[in-house]
Parts: sequence; C-alpha cells; structure tokens
Amino acid sequence: MAAVLFAITLLVFGIFFLTPGVDPARQLAGRNPNPQTLVLIRHQFGLDRPLPVRYLLLMKKLFITRDLTSYSNQGAKVMPEIVSATPVTLSLVFGAAVIWVVVSIAMGLAAAVLKGTVFDPLLMIIALIGISMPVFWLGEMMNLITQNRLHSTLLFSWVPPLGYTPLTSDPWMWFKQLVIPWLTLSVLYIGFYARVLRANILETENEDYVRTAHAKGISDRRVLLRHQLRTSMVTFVSLFGLDFAALVGGGALLTEVVFGLPGVGLLTYQSLHSLDLPVIMATVVYGAFFIVFANTLVDIAYAWLDPRVRPT
Amino acid sequence: MSQIVAEQLHQDQAEEHVAGRSPWALAGRRLLRDRLALAALVLFLLIVLVSFAAPLYADHIAHTDPFVNNLNGTTVINGKRVPILQQGGGVLKLGETPIGPTWHGNYLLGADNQGRDVMSRVLYGGRSSLLVGIGSAVIACLVATIVGLLAGFFGGITDGILSRTMDLIWAFPVFLLAISVGTVLLTAPNGLALGPIHIQAQSLWLPTLIIGGVYVPYVARPIRGAVLSIREKEFIEAATALGASNWRLMFREILPNVISTVIVLLPLMIATTILTESALSYLSIGVQPPNASWGTVIDDGQQLLYTRPIVAIAPGVMIVLTVLALNVLGDGVRDALDPRAKLRIGK
Repeated sequence: MAAVLFAITLLVFGIFFLTPGVDPARQLAGRNPNPQTLVLIRHQFGLDRPLPVRYLLLMKKLFITRDLTSYSNQGAKVMPEIVSATPVTLSLVFGAAVIWVVVSIAMGLAAAVLKGTVFDPLLMIIALIGISMPVFWLGEMMNLITQNRLHSTLLFSWVPPLGYTPLTSDPWMWFKQLVIPWLTLSVLYIGFYARVLRANILETENEDYVRTAHAKGISDRRVLLRHQLRTSMVTFVSLFGLDFAALVGGGALLTEVVFGLPGVGLLTYQSLHSLDLPVIMATVVYGAFFIVFANTLVDIAYAWLDPRVRPT
Repeated sequence: MSQIVAEQLHQDQAEEHVAGRSPWALAGRRLLRDRLALAALVLFLLIVLVSFAAPLYADHIAHTDPFVNNLNGTTVINGKRVPILQQGGGVLKLGETPIGPTWHGNYLLGADNQGRDVMSRVLYGGRSSLLVGIGSAVIACLVATIVGLLAGFFGGITDGILSRTMDLIWAFPVFLLAISVGTVLLTAPNGLALGPIHIQAQSLWLPTLIIGGVYVPYVARPIRGAVLSIREKEFIEAATALGASNWRLMFREILPNVISTVIVLLPLMIATTILTESALSYLSIGVQPPNASWGTVIDDGQQLLYTRPIVAIAPGVMIVLTVLALNVLGDGVRDALDPRAKLRIGK
C-alpha cells in the first residue's frame, strides 16, 4: 500500500509539472507576460528549483507541515479550506448511500422474485435509465422542477434555496437542503446495485446450498432472505466500499457543483477555474489516499464476509 | 407420404447446416433475435446519422452558423421579424432573453445567450460527443488488448510492470485523474507536444486521448485474466510444439479467443466514455470552443435554466437516449456472445 501511495504522489506531481507543453508560471503570469516577469514568478513560486527538490518540498507541505498555500489567493492555506469542506461532502455521500442501499436492495430483490413477470424487465429498464443519466444533468432537471417550475405547488414548496446549512446549527434545514441532492446522487447507484444484486441472486438459484435449504423445508422467503440474499451481499458490500470511497474522494464533485454545496468537490471545481494548482493537487492527493485506504479496508472486509477467499 | 420424407430430409439438411455455423454466426443470430438489443442498435445508428448530418441541417434547414455569436440578429417567425435576443426579458425585465423554441426550421429549439441556434448546436455537439466517446473507447480497448496480451502472455517482469501500472491508474479515481490531466493540458498554451506529435489545445484528440487513457485498466484487467487462462490450454501447447513464434501465438492463437471479451466491453465502454466526456465538458475541461459537445451545451444552458430550460434539456435527453441505447445493446451483445458471462463494468 505504501508503494501505491508513493506512486500516486509521483503520478500527480508528474501530471502537474512534467506534462510536455505545460508551464504553470506562464499561467500565473497572465496574458502575454514579458520574460522578466516569468523569471520572477518562477523564482517566487519555487518553479526554478530542480524537480526532486520541488517534489520533496511539495510532499513536506502536504503531509508534514501542512501549510501548502494557494496560488491565486496569495497566502491562503489550502489545508483549512479542505478541512472545512469535508463535512459537507460527508453529509452528501452518507445520505445518498443510505438511500441507494435501501432502495437498490428492495429493487434487486423485487426483480429477482418477480422474474418471469413483466415487472422484472420493467424494473431493470428503470435501473438502466438511472445508469444512463448524467448526474449533473439530472441535478439541473431537479433544480428546474423543485426550485422553479413546480416550486409554488404543494409538492415542492418545502424545498429551500440551494446551499448548505451545517447539521450542528439547524438539523432540519440541513436535511431539507440535502434531500434533493441525495436523491440525485443515489439514482445512478440505485440502478447499478439493483442490477448487480438481481444477477447475483439469480446466480445463487442453482447453488447446492440453496437446494439443500429448500430440501430441508425452509420457506421460500427465508431461503431468499437468509441464504440467497446473504451470499449475494458479498459483491454488494465490496462494491459499496469502493463506490463510497470514490465519492468521498472526489466523485461527488458534479453533484456538489450543480447544487452549490461547498464541499471538497466544489472547492476543486472553483480552483479548476482559477487554475489554482496547489488546491487541485491537494484535493486529488488526499482523495486518492482516502480511496486507497478504503480499498484496503474493503479487501479485509471481503475476506471476513466470504470465508472462501480467506487465506488458510 | 413422400412429401413428409422430403420435409424430413430438408430438416436434416437444415440441422446439418446449423451444426456448421461458426460461433460468431451463432452469436449474430442470437443478437438478431434479441428485439430489444436490435431496437437499441437502430436508435444508436439513428442518433449517429442525425449527428453527422449536422452541417446539412445547419446549412439547408436552419440557415445559421451555430459557432458564431448572433447578438443583434433577427429572424422571421410567422412572417414577423423578431430579434433573437429580446431586451428586457426575464422576471425582472432586465437583460436579454434569447428567443425560445420556434418549432420552425430556424431556431427550432430557440437560441442560447450568444444568440446561437440550439438545435444546430445539439446536432454538432452530438458529432463531437460521439467522436470523442467512440474514439476514446476504441483507443482504450486497443491499448488494453495489447497490454493485456503482453502482460498475460509473457508474465514475469513484463507482467509485473504493466500490471502495477494498471493497478496504479485503477487505484486513482477515474474522474480525478481525468480532471487533473484535463486541467493541466488547459494550462498548456500551445497544446500538447509529444516529440513530433503536436496536438492543438482545441483539438478533439485531447479529450479523446485523456478519456481513452484513463479507462485502459478497466478493459486490460479482464483481458489479462482471459489470456492467463488461455495460455495454459492444449492448443497453445500444440502450436508451440509446431514451432509457432511468440508473435504468432499471441496474435493468431490467443487474440481470436479474447476478442469476444473486447467486443462485449466495447458498447458499455462507449456508454461510459460518452458520460465521462459530457461531465468533463460540463466542467469546461473537455471539448473546447469553438467545438461544442452535448456537455458544453448543457453548460451553456445552465445560466438560462429557468428562462429557457430547453437549452439544457435537449442535449441531456440526447445523452440519455444514446447511453441507454448503448447499455441495452451492450447487454444484448454480452448475452449473445457469452450467455453465461459475468463481465461487468464500473459505471
């Protein structure tokens, strides 16, 4: 894992400073800079030092002193900004995760049970539509309906203006402002997980242990919930770990941008527009680190859930 | 009586004929029998056709240039000449509101806030989105096939290096990787220079290469797995005994057996790359002006969301239809080629 983390920092550094044709100093200097300004800027931002020194300095600022400063907002520290944005992202992803787990299990189970009827393909087509929608577009459509077109109707008059209220200051407002983003973010995952779960449940149908359970006279419902669903959840849980981590690590960016939620994703997006490389680099490295840690946790959880993959 | 015998003979012949079919012909037949997949294929081809006819539409029906601002222009609707950007529109009667859907030849879906014809832009945008989506999926599949073949066939150090590199890209969230690369390349004032190859910053090749590169591990992993298992088969041993070179073993013996994996993944890959392209373009780090793509048109429509929602709705509907068609087609191809396949792809 340490090797992967090291390689990720190298990759990020390489992308930002070694890509052919890229010159951060030119970007900082603005339009048509004269050569003296470029030299000054290179010196000021330490871009004239040898690459290994720059890499080590960057790593020191990211992980040891944690005082990386922004390019465009002179003197502003990057770290506190990320720390204050993290609860927003976590609120968004947690809520969406609760919705997508509950709904996709219900949908996957229903489709598996109703196999052979018209409802199974119907549910799966709905799931497929969910997978096929770009999340930022769905978010815009949600805004159009709940903030504008149907906002005056009884159905959506409760929807507050876009924004974020911390859970600690007003829990009810926090909830109301996040409901629509939660639903938007979870649609893709509901579709994806429902399909995976249905396929896994149907695969277990011919397994010996399912036949044994039926032969013992256990009711169909119990076999489905206690035997088939339980083994099918192994894939579900490991996928969940990976997706949850990917969302916290930066995948929720589009949803945050559309709904104006000041999380880590929106921070990345704003620095993207001002080309504030240190902020982007910091969010990318921290996000990637989080994801690598989470993947390791998933591997451990996987072995714990499924005795077959445990090393003996 | 003789008729029945003749019928039976005919049937026997037919069965013999079926037995002689190649796996590809059988898969093709299964796909043709899958009505849903076929409908999806037709829908996808229709979208491709319509998008590539964009210049025809812009020149002969709309008579507009969708890449030129038209702030002071006028257009004729029902015999009346109206300005494309109306002064004092909106709730506050301030600023300018572009013309709404006319449902006529020109400005069928209205204009965006630069006065450009939205319908033409959606069609042109489809052209870029499809080019980037299909191009990057094909690049990802090609590179992944070569990487998977080399890694799976040679093993050892080759496999070690290639697989570790794939693992690294895999560990990196796709989206963050694409955003980083996209941002950095935008800071390159003269585009990307790789030795003799020079890519302009506005070129469609830039997003195509970025997205294609990011998705290589998603295809390379299953291919490497398939190569690993095929390498141990008897027919490879037989070919080796006949003195086949490594090159021949890889491309003539193993490749035909893993190509079905690639074909199953391709439609799903295109669906994924089109979604990624639209997201990057929406964040303005994908397709660059003067080119438009469905993602950039949605981005244009964001400021007009409450006054002229059609600007954002139309390209989104096109994306959903295209990606949905590709996903359905991908499911059909998978069922046809390998009815027991468990291949799945991340979103």
